Parts: sequence; structure tokens; C-alpha cells
Amino acid sequence: MPDMLERVLQLLVSGLAVGSIYAMVAIGYNIIYNATGIINLAQGEFVMLGGMLTVWGATRWGLPVPVAILTAVCLVTLIGVTLERLTIRPLRNPTVLTLLILTIGGSFLLKGAAMLIWGKNVYYMPAFLGTEPIRFARVAIERQEVFVWVSLAVVTVALTLFFNHTLTGKAMRACSYNRVAARLVGINSRLMVMLAFGLSAGIGALAGAVVVPITNMEYSSGSMFGLKGFSAAVLGGLGNNTAAVVAGIALALIESLVAGFVDSTYKDAVALSVLLIVLFVRPSGLFGNAALNRLKEF
Amino acid sequence: MGRSNLIGLCLFALCIALAPVALGNTLYQFIPLGALALMAIGLSLLMGYAGQISLGQSAFYAVGAYTSALCSAKLGWSPWVTIPLSAVLAAGVALLVGMPSLRLRGHYLAMATLAFGEIVRIVLDGWITLTGGSSGIRGGAPLTVGWPGSQPLVVFNTLTNERAVFYLVWTVAFLGLVLALNLIHSRVGRALRAIHDGEEAAVVLGVPTARYKIQIFVLSAVYASLAGSLYAHSFSYLTPDEFGSAKSILLVVMVVVGGMRTVWGAVVGTLLMGSLTEWLSWMENYWLVVYGVVLLVITMFVPQGILLGAGDFSRWLYRKIVRKKQSGEIKVS
Repeated sequence: MPDMLERVLQLLVSGLAVGSIYAMVAIGYNIIYNATGIINLAQGEFVMLGGMLTVWGATRWGLPVPVAILTAVCLVTLIGVTLERLTIRPLRNPTVLTLLILTIGGSFLLKGAAMLIWGKNVYYMPAFLGTEPIRFARVAIERQEVFVWVSLAVVTVALTLFFNHTLTGKAMRACSYNRVAARLVGINSRLMVMLAFGLSAGIGALAGAVVVPITNMEYSSGSMFGLKGFSAAVLGGLGNNTAAVVAGIALALIESLVAGFVDSTYKDAVALSVLLIVLFVRPSGLFGNAALNRLKEF
Repeated sequence: MGRSNLIGLCLFALCIALAPVALGNTLYQFIPLGALALMAIGLSLLMGYAGQISLGQSAFYAVGAYTSALCSAKLGWSPWVTIPLSAVLAAGVALLVGMPSLRLRGHYLAMATLAFGEIVRIVLDGWITLTGGSSGIRGGAPLTVGWPGSQPLVVFNTLTNERAVFYLVWTVAFLGLVLALNLIHSRVGRALRAIHDGEEAAVVLGVPTARYKIQIFVLSAVYASLAGSLYAHSFSYLTPDEFGSAKSILLVVMVVVGGMRTVWGAVVGTLLMGSLTEWLSWMENYWLVVYGVVLLVITMFVPQGILLGAGDFSRWLYRKIVRKKQSGEIKVS
């Protein structure tokens, strides 16, 4: 019996790291959703690009790991902003379907470019802080997993400070409540949309960078991260960042337990089934408010 | 259905009838393209008229193909029974996937279908005892026509009678197009157009928007399922590769390129993109980038699609020439 408990704890610990990644991807969806009312289908590609660029920077250019991560995050942020500037911004009165198709186009473009640059190989890199696990009452915790938890914590705290204590953050929040009203009080809503794309690309890239030593990365990894992150965002209630963190971690824990005790073949199907079930049973999400959601467009 | 649609249908039928003569040895490549055209017509109804997007049509394609092939191979049922059966199954599944996301406002359907497509792929790869995993299974028994008890008159098999299979697949696509055109010009079609132009206004006028959107989505799934069944019974082997998300993506590109404001766009888009991928297959690695760029450029600059875009362009050109002539005449007089 103690063996069983140990195994469950071990599975939960490894689920926690993956869950932190899902949470970061979900936050990325939320930021763009709040600013524009659309789902950015290229969100998963930001994660993939962040991971690939970090590996590339650390191994090919020989950069120190922190610098490689920083470079990857900055580059992907730039890509996100460029994507918004070139495709979303120039349109006058676009429909949501048009915006959605544009993000699909952007996602193919990024994925295809990644395949041309890095080929179809799987890339991996060693854990940032060594591979010696931390023993904690007979449960082994990988150092990389701790690194991932800390990244999520940093992102969450930084975002909370940004959205509550800076003028730009408050302006972005105002846009998410009501775009027209925000524009009427003098907020540059277009700038906020661009900022949202940059922010969410950067967070996605950070998630990709810290997850590489755990899951490896190839040009096509993005869509799965994107789908899992979206499942987390919907499970929490679209637009709500705190709920996304809880939902992302919960989702990964379920996944980890299913993989450990049932069948690892169907591990990836778990989160996706949860998404379909949530849409069926409680589309506003576990922590969402249906009445509030109805006021938004998506 | 207006006169231009009737003329278009006649021309289309003529093209299908003459195609085997014109295409010669390349006829084989146009058989799967017929199945794709059928799926694209269904998807264009969904995108152009219900204003929703599905990123998992290949999953319904797979449901149609595998259900029909497995039922006919393992239970020995006739394809004439298994094809409608799998269409009913696909409709049921579509109802389950689509109902919750289409009752909500917005575009949850995109992600729900994407997730469903992935689930189907995981099952096709993982449930080896049933689907053969990534190595696939043998296709279903070929469709046959003939008197019961005697030798069949026609056997629709790509290996023995390519031309018959071509006619079968494209005839079904043709009928799918006729049905779609009729639907658009019916009461339902007008309601759908109202939804597309302004959902609030349609709701206020008493159009049951959610119900119509669900019905169109189910119809598009049935189209995809039929396409899958036809594929399964015409070709001798099925592998998950044929039913991957790449196909769903290609369909979206085809519909957008052809133009989603008319169902004809789906046919044009399928033929255009299908022939392009076939002719330029050596640049396979570049396709994803090309699809991305094509989607972006078409959506931003030719949102009505190639077909209507060409019409607009020729009208603009005509007017320009005519006006020039008139102004020239005025100068002379």
C-alpha cells in the first residue's frame, strides 16, 4: 500500500510540471481572447518556436542557457507582434471567422517555416540545472520540474502585478471588459491588441523553452500543446487566468494518473475528451460565469 | 435555383462525362479528388452559410471509411448497407460533437472538431486489433451493380475498372452539389444566409440559429462520411495517413481558395489545389508554408475567393475597356 501511495505521488509530481506548461499556454490564449475576442490558433506554434529556438541557441550558437531562453522569448515575441501587424491589423471590420482563418494561416506558416529550418528531427537538450533528482520522502523530483514550476509562478506573479498595478495593464483589462468604451476614454485599443499578441507569444515561448528538457520538441509539437492549453483555458473558463492555472494543473494530473494506471496510448486523448465534456456540460468553465461570458463575442 | 446554376451544372456534368477521355492516364489521381470535392462542398456550406469552421472533417472521413470497410470485411455486409450505416453513425457523432459547441455563440466548434480529429487519430493508431494501427487494414469489398444471384454487371474497383470508380465518385459529388444548391435556395438556405449576415438580426426575426447551424454541421459530416466510404470501397487499403489532420487542413485551404460565398467555390478550390499538389509534389516540404501564405493572402486580399474574384476582376476589366471606348468615341464626335 505505501508503494501505491508513493506511485501516485510520483505521478502527481510529474503531472504538476506538465500542468504548469498547459497553464502557461492557456494564459496565452486568455490574453489574446481578452484583447480581441478570438482564439489564436497559432498559440501552440509559439510554444514550439520557443523550444526550438532555445535548443538552437544553446547548442548551435553556444549561448549560455539563460541567454538562449531570453533570446528565444524575445524573438518569438517579435514574431507574434509581426504576425498581428501584418495580418490582423490591416483588416477593416473583419468577422471573427476571418480572424480565425488568419490565425490558422499564421500557424501553418510558422509550422512550415520551422520544418524548413529544422527539418523533421526531434530536438532535445539536457536539463538546465543537472539531472540529479531531489529526493523528498522517497519521491524523486526532477530539477527541471522545479524550474518549470518556478517559471509558472514568476509568470503568474508578473502578470498579476502588470494587470493590477501598471497603467498599460489596466488599459488592457479595460479593453477586455469593453473595447468601445475603452477607446472612448482614450485607450489605444489597437496598440493593446498588438501588446496582447506580443505578451502571449512571449509566455508561450517561455513555456516551450522550459519544457524542452522534459518532452523534447519537433516542428509538429505545437498543435498538441495548443490543444491541451486550450482545453485548460476552457476548463477554467475562457479569459480567466487564475482559473487557467488551476485547470491546467488539474488536467495534467488527470492525464498523468490515466497514463500511469490505465493506458499510456490514450494519454493524449484524455485532455481532449475533457475539453469535449466541458463544452457539453458546463461551457462557461469550472470557474466561469455564463452570464458574464454572454457579454463577450467569441 | 437560378439559370446560371443550371448552366453551371450542365457544364459540370459534361466535364465529368468527358473527363476520362481528356485525362487519360492521370484519371487515377482524380478519384480521391472527387471524394475531397464532396467533403469540400459540405465544409463550404458550413463555412460560407453557417459561418462556422470545422478543423476535423477528416475525422468524419475516417468514421465513414473505417466503419464501412470493417462492417463489410468482418460482418460480410454489402457496401450498399454499410455506406448508409456509417453515414448515420457519422451524423450521430457530429451531433454529439457539434451540439454543445454550436449552442454556444462563437467559434468553439473549431477547437471541438480539432480535438475530435486528434482523438480519432489516436484511436486509429492505438486500437491495433480493430484498425490495424499505423499499418492500416484492407479496404472494404467493392461496390457492385447487377441482378441478385447472377454475376455483377459493374464492379467499382480501382484496379479493374478505374473509369467506373471515377464516374461513381464524381456522380456522388455532383449529386452532393445539386443538393447543396437546392438547400441554399430553400427556406433553410435563406435563414442560413441571414445568420451569416447578422446573427442577432436573424434571432430577432425568429430564426432558430443554433438548430440550423447544427443541421448544417451534421450534413457536412455526412458528406465527409460518404466520401470516406467511397474511398474505402474503391481502394484496396486504408492507413491512418489518409485520414490525418493534414487532410482537414487541406480542405479548409481548398474552400477558402475557391471562395466560401458559393458552393461552386468548393469544387473550383478542390480542383485547383488538388491539381497543384499533384503537379508540384516534388516540393512537398514547402507545402505547409505555401498553404499558410495562400490562406493569409486570399483571406486578406481576395476574401470572396478565386472564383468570384475572377468574376469581379473580369467585370472590372470589361467596364474599364468599355468606358475607354465610349470616352474615345465622345472625343471623336
